[in-house]
Amino acid sequence: MNVKYFYSFLAVLVLALIAWVGCDLLGLQVLFGVILPYIAVVVFLVGFFLRMMDWARSTVPFQIPTTAGQAKSLPWIKFNAIDSPFTTGGVVARMFFEVVTFRSLFRNTRMRVNPDGRISYDIELWLWLFALAFHYTFFVVILRHARFFLEPLPLPFEILEKIDTFVQIGQPVISMSSFALLGTVLFLFVRRVYLPNIRMISLASDFFPLFLIFGIVFTGIFMRYFAKIDVTAAKELTYGLVSFNLPSLAKMQGIGSIFYIHVFFVSVLLVYFPWSKLMHMGGIFLSPTRNMANNTRAVRHVNPWNYPVNVHTYEEYEDDFREKMIEAGLPVDKKE
Amino acid sequence: MSDLPKSDELFSHIDHRPPKGKDWMDIPVDIRPGMYCYSANPKSMETLSAPNVRKWNPLEEDWLLPDNWQEILHNGLKERLEKFRSFKVFMDICVRCGACADKCHYFIGTGDPKNMPVLRAELLRSVYRNDFTKAGKILGRLAGARPMTLEVLKEWWYYFFQCSECRRCSVFCPYGIDTAEITIMGRELLNLLGLNIDWIATPVSNCYQTGNHLGIQPHAFKDMLEFFVEDIEEITGVNCTPNYNKKGADILFITPSGDVFADPGTYTCMGYLMLFQFLKDKYGLDVTWSTYASEGGNFGFFTSHETMKRLNAKMYAEAKRLGVKWILGGECGHMWRVIHQYMDTMNGPADHLEVPVNPITGTTFENAASTKMVHITEFTADLIKHGKLDLDPRRNDNLKITFHDSCNPARGMGLLEEPRYVINNVANHFYEMPANTIRENTFCCGSGSGLNAGEDMELRMCGGLPRANAVKYMADKFDVNMLACVCAIDRAALPDLMNYWETGADVTGVHELVGNALILPGEKKRETDLRGEPLPGMEEEADE
Repeated sequence: MNVKYFYSFLAVLVLALIAWVGCDLLGLQVLFGVILPYIAVVVFLVGFFLRMMDWARSTVPFQIPTTAGQAKSLPWIKFNAIDSPFTTGGVVARMFFEVVTFRSLFRNTRMRVNPDGRISYDIELWLWLFALAFHYTFFVVILRHARFFLEPLPLPFEILEKIDTFVQIGQPVISMSSFALLGTVLFLFVRRVYLPNIRMISLASDFFPLFLIFGIVFTGIFMRYFAKIDVTAAKELTYGLVSFNLPSLAKMQGIGSIFYIHVFFVSVLLVYFPWSKLMHMGGIFLSPTRNMANNTRAVRHVNPWNYPVNVHTYEEYEDDFREKMIEAGLPVDKKE
Repeated sequence: MSDLPKSDELFSHIDHRPPKGKDWMDIPVDIRPGMYCYSANPKSMETLSAPNVRKWNPLEEDWLLPDNWQEILHNGLKERLEKFRSFKVFMDICVRCGACADKCHYFIGTGDPKNMPVLRAELLRSVYRNDFTKAGKILGRLAGARPMTLEVLKEWWYYFFQCSECRRCSVFCPYGIDTAEITIMGRELLNLLGLNIDWIATPVSNCYQTGNHLGIQPHAFKDMLEFFVEDIEEITGVNCTPNYNKKGADILFITPSGDVFADPGTYTCMGYLMLFQFLKDKYGLDVTWSTYASEGGNFGFFTSHETMKRLNAKMYAEAKRLGVKWILGGECGHMWRVIHQYMDTMNGPADHLEVPVNPITGTTFENAASTKMVHITEFTADLIKHGKLDLDPRRNDNLKITFHDSCNPARGMGLLEEPRYVINNVANHFYEMPANTIRENTFCCGSGSGLNAGEDMELRMCGGLPRANAVKYMADKFDVNMLACVCAIDRAALPDLMNYWETGADVTGVHELVGNALILPGEKKRETDLRGEPLPGMEEEADE
């Protein structure tokens, strides 16, 4: 077994065990349900901010967009305003489609060496599809959790939930997003393990968040459809967290450990987030190959640390070659 | 190269599956002849006062490094993380999705997993994590971190000189991570220890001293152009003698010296000379060449940002000395990345120049308003659009042409339509290669970023495989026999590549095609093209 995913899997199991022991045996519901979530949210927000600032502190000496389409040049040549943006508006559009539709990943191809010796590059959309599905279902699941924090629930969330649960098979209603999210996590995991090249480039830090998110979704589904925790008590706690008006300890202890494992997983994810590759969420906005305009010849970009360098001047050059230049009939500045 | 395997043998041995059950960190680097370039000549390194100058051999155990080499690298890394946001962000945000893996021409051609862009970057990231992240310091290898060792250094050197900084991976990366940026930093770091290759260091030294990569001295440069002038006169009967270092000319023209030196670039150079003569005779345009700024290319770009700036400074300096209005640049790939994305920032503002206006058409090149340098295909396309050139495209009728987008104009500039427009106006038979191999998806010639040496021929043929494979497809399907390009390294590298993979196609610059089609005032009846081959319909007369 590959140590990278074994250790990651083990780490998530240990985390679950810690929460279970803490709540079921030691009665530390306040720690896992109140203190750690508060800390996690603070660490996430502060950490995210610090990481962004840390990146932003590094300078951008050169304007280096990757152009993926015709640049603006002669007026009669149609240019690609999104993939080779000339204006800030174009850059915003490029970033928007990158962040919202994963435009670059949509270009993905798969290289194949065919028996006839021809190398082909066919459209390969599975990664794009599942990556997009993963992020969107995750987003929907997070929004759906507004039910646990907002009272009364604003209409948009109400509508979202209606859409998410429109397929109904008995009780309780099924939230499609949860299961879809579980499926996409599984796909991303299987892909990492199954494709030899992807397995080779994967690190433990690629598997850990997958297992952790799997754990979060799994415990969430489990307590909703199978373990049937005391939802009213759970809601009292979650409302309490946002209104700083916590329920009694007895009530908190009645919720069921699976809930605390779920919350603990989420807390760990929040704490882990700013220090991991998950920061690609913020980093993409600072990527100089995507967030800069392709107008470098029209508008000068300034390098804050541009410093003078030694150059071989024309005078030195002419000194080196004057006689030869004169002999060849080339014009010179100093005739000696 | 006698050691170079036959192409079918090489092709059948490419295996894209990684070695089973092995972590990439456990695969030792094997510096293999045919895949690497010779180390830099100490004399060339001295020209620009490079550190740790000595003679060393990559195949030997001892690379003669300074005692504190790890410290030098660590500090160099730290400095660059602060100076380049691209570098810092790209160190942190890769999720290893693998979208880039099979986009690299070196991976496609070699199957070596460390040529997957993501792994090439991980070679550096692993050390970054070890030195600069808490997770790497605590968890070590489990967090993908490893300390800098001599073995790692050799791996860096081997693989950062197996990347041509073509940016193809960057197009497909969902975060725009650009391996070129990582290779550029990697090479800068290696240069701190004097670990350059000779094919880069010597051209850089030459360029610094004599004005061009090939070390052509001023009188010889003039001789070489005059040789073309004679050839052109023989073919067309028109004297196209250019201006050299002429003060007060309208435009300074700068192109890669490779086109002055070797076929088939020389024919492109003849095309330039003819175009300028035409414009002089018909419209009185005064273009000058310079022997001091006689290099468009910039191998400093493959050494360090500082070296790039030192070499590039000549362009503006010479334009200022000569008092020209603006600068026109010839067909070259990385030259244009440097001009388009770096020159103005490094050596500008060029207030001594005017916003480029084509005096013949009246077109203002708004897109070059600040840098004041125009690409020759932009210039020629503008002339053609306004009907200012007299062209006979039938003279290129013996050619079935396809166009190879060079990496840098495609992905570092967005120059895609201009060369196509020119080709379509000077020739009648133009065919596009498959969509996934052109424009922003174009494949490198396999020899870019200073890797077009002789000793690394196997690497070059592997890296050029995707391009050659697409051309062969075109040759089989449409009888394509000519591969056009706008890059001097392409013109130097592609003929070998086309030969090796048996595509049957020849290589041309766009302005060679222009030269063939252009009707010069007062020219005699042409019987041959610029290569001395009989023109279409003239074959019999040539036989007589």
